[in-house]
Amino acid sequence: MSVEYNADQKIPHPAMWGVLYKSSTPFWDGVKEKRVMLQRCKSCGYWLNPPRPMCPKCRSQESEWVAAKGTGKIYSWVTFNESPHSAFKTPYEAVLVELDEGPRIVSNVVGINSDELEIGMPVEVTFEDVAEDLTLPKFKKVG
Amino acid sequence: MAIDSIKDKAAIVGIGVVDFSTDIGRTEWYTACQAIKLAAEEAGVNIDDIDGMVKSVDDGPDPTYTGKGLGIDNLLYHSENHWGTSAMMNAVHAVAGGLCNYCVYYQTAHRASGPEKCISDFLVAREFRDDSLDMVRYDYFSPFGLIGEPGYVAMMYRRYMHETGIKPEQLGWVPIVASENAARNTNAIFFDKSITIDDYMQSKLIADPIRELDCAPKVDGSIAIVITTPERAKALKQEPVIINSVASGYALEGQNYTSYTRDVITDLPEMENMAKELYRVGGMGPKDIKVAMLDDTFAPYVPMQLEALGFCGKGEAPAFIEGGDKIRVGGQLPVNPDGGEIGQGRFITTRIVEAVRQIRGTSTNQVANTDTVLVASGAGGPADGMICRKE
Amino acid sequence: MVKLIEGIPIMRPYIDLDNQGYWDAVKNHKLVLQYCTKCNRFIHPPRPMCPTCRSQDTMEWKESSGKGILYSYVMFTSPKMAYPAYELPYAVVLVELEEGVRIVTNTHEIEPDEVQIGLPVEVMFEDLPDGQTVYRFKKREA
Repeated sequence: MSVEYNADQKIPHPAMWGVLYKSSTPFWDGVKEKRVMLQRCKSCGYWLNPPRPMCPKCRSQESEWVAAKGTGKIYSWVTFNESPHSAFKTPYEAVLVELDEGPRIVSNVVGINSDELEIGMPVEVTFEDVAEDLTLPKFKKVG
Repeated sequence: MAIDSIKDKAAIVGIGVVDFSTDIGRTEWYTACQAIKLAAEEAGVNIDDIDGMVKSVDDGPDPTYTGKGLGIDNLLYHSENHWGTSAMMNAVHAVAGGLCNYCVYYQTAHRASGPEKCISDFLVAREFRDDSLDMVRYDYFSPFGLIGEPGYVAMMYRRYMHETGIKPEQLGWVPIVASENAARNTNAIFFDKSITIDDYMQSKLIADPIRELDCAPKVDGSIAIVITTPERAKALKQEPVIINSVASGYALEGQNYTSYTRDVITDLPEMENMAKELYRVGGMGPKDIKVAMLDDTFAPYVPMQLEALGFCGKGEAPAFIEGGDKIRVGGQLPVNPDGGEIGQGRFITTRIVEAVRQIRGTSTNQVANTDTVLVASGAGGPADGMICRKE
Repeated sequence: MVKLIEGIPIMRPYIDLDNQGYWDAVKNHKLVLQYCTKCNRFIHPPRPMCPTCRSQDTMEWKESSGKGILYSYVMFTSPKMAYPAYELPYAVVLVELEEGVRIVTNTHEIEPDEVQIGLPVEVMFEDLPDGQTVYRFKKREA
């Protein structure tokens, strides 16, 4: 299923702690342009996911942002039958998608029933405008 | 590898437990003072001789307040640690290193009756700290509705089910045995009767695959523990419980409850690292442990810890817990004979209290001839732990 | 001399089970202090345990004479450090009450040049438009 929202409740926006650490801003700027941006170490190529100021492998502080292809597989998921937040109508799923590039990101699915969901299912990104000022990258069946 | 200078250099000599409740009707400041007073009395330590205080940053008034409440004239050592029961390490290091003589570790949290009865400073501090911990969650998880610890753990647990084949009929034995144990514990207010596998299977899947009964409920409580050297302990009232070793564990790509970006997300590498150091310093192994006090804030962490701490092999934990016989009192490895946090409420220092009671032989659910207990906390990472033993 | 600027709320006390008796009394224009009946001593600010005998059930609320002397003070003269609800300059004073405890408060009808250590003062109460009652100290005959 797709996530349904209670129209009168504000969907949690990204906290943008990037203001403080400037780590998440490129990701959310990318989403506005309908791209999934990933941070990668410029020196050794290690994926910096979630984004961060130093590569934990080679300790380089030089990094670059690259656009993911937007395809991946369902790695795990949770079905919320009790809503932890008033904006979300239950039941709904939060999924962990393993992108083809390797990094895993938390997201939602669009048009996939909960009984269809399975680990390993191929999915591709789609962008949903969930509020006037918020677009989210979500995932649908491939094809 | 660190040096092992703390081995057997500190002992627990007193515990103070304020009866748990869902509405304790006091401030956290009140019950913190109350628990410390109880612990000092039980130990036979004059409060004026307490010269060290440690706590977790999350739970309870800081030493300025408790010291003021108790009329403490000087503290040679005070500190706050972040995770689980890791403040125990501060206490052990302070006492073993000679920074102070009698150190109190206290945890006070009124999570059930709610914040309005705490004093504001503590609350503001708690909210702020939660925010900073949740930096990554708020940026990348919350917009998708992945909110709250049951959901965080569920994401990892679904993967654990997929990889190990564990079934709800197996995991259910963690809360079932917890409820059986809690039913005998007078301080456990949540289960006056034990649950069955049918109760478990009917328990609501709040964040599927996590059920309501997989989660430790909120509680109001206050606990204090007095730590000193084994030498000083000789002059005190209680048989000392020797702290054989303490250790903490961290691991690459770790993130509290949500280490989703590691290659494998179903191991507890923080626990594995912690255990390695704990056994090395203490000169012990999993086979030497008579009772395991494990982090059961969420039930799936119990089988995962059994594997991470070396009590069974990788992939063997689902069968180990099934039916409950191996983890009950009298079984191969009794786990949380006090009912754990699932049976008593979410309160980490209960594990230390039960470890002390098991060694003293005074538990409500005593395991015969207990001379060594392992305490583990922080399954969601970072981890910390302790092995304590009879003198 | 403390004058409030209209439209800016002053901060409210956080009332909990340890200090409720104190603030309830203020509401009724009374200044009370925590008193340990075992040690016969006054304690301030309110707390959950007597720091002398460490008893948690011997404390009661006793009305203060409201009289004391100015023990120390801060004069806020710059908006940089001041709370915006008060007209500058304003004094925050530490009053030592006859009962021996010290409380932080403001002054009432005392000019800045009259604010001096040792000044005899007594309590007064004011009900603010926002429903809050505050206590301040005014001059008294020594």
